[in-house]
Amino acid sequence: MIELALTFAFSCFGLALLFNLWRIVSAPGVPDRVLALDTMVINMIALLVLYGIRQGTGVNFEAALLFAMTGFVSTVAYCKFMLRGYIIE
Amino acid sequence: MTLVTEILISVLLVVAGIFGIVGSFGLLKLPDPMTRLHAPTKATTIGIGGVLIASMLYFGLVADSFSWHEILISLFLFLTAPITANFIAKAHLHREVPVSELPPTGTDRAWATYDHDIAETAPNRNL
Repeated sequence: MIELALTFAFSCFGLALLFNLWRIVSAPGVPDRVLALDTMVINMIALLVLYGIRQGTGVNFEAALLFAMTGFVSTVAYCKFMLRGYIIE
Repeated sequence: MTLVTEILISVLLVVAGIFGIVGSFGLLKLPDPMTRLHAPTKATTIGIGGVLIASMLYFGLVADSFSWHEILISLFLFLTAPITANFIAKAHLHREVPVSELPPTGTDRAWATYDHDIAETAPNRNL
């Protein structure tokens, strides 16, 4: 039963990643693209954790944590760049 | 006991998957940027919270190797999601909404984010 639920969750988050990719290609503005990238990072973390459950190892948690941190920092950097034109002043 | 945990984990995974796909679909479907902010920052965060709780239950009860990493990841995500949403909303306001179109604040002060308007947006106005 867990296998089946895992497959369902995998396909849901995979489809969500495709939606985000489509949003990045066809976004009406730059803030929407940044939002889509941020959502992509979150969906990617979900996929990593699901892969860890399927494999039965906890090795992927460090990777997920690193993904979360770099995703947050890059989103903040993008927003800073959009607002001021510089990231570090 | 085993069946109950299996059902619990499966339900959590399915609900998390549905929340995740609803969040990303809302990003495509909702009409304007400020409403589009809602979908990924709320629905997707709940979705990943469900995945992490399912992972904790799985490793704690089925695989017998409980770890605290999931709590760390979910705490980090739940703390940073509102911050990124706030940043993106601010960027959107400053780039695409003119000051004259903002609703009145109802107090003596104007919108605080525009206090240093010239310094904030000067580099982008000429692009």
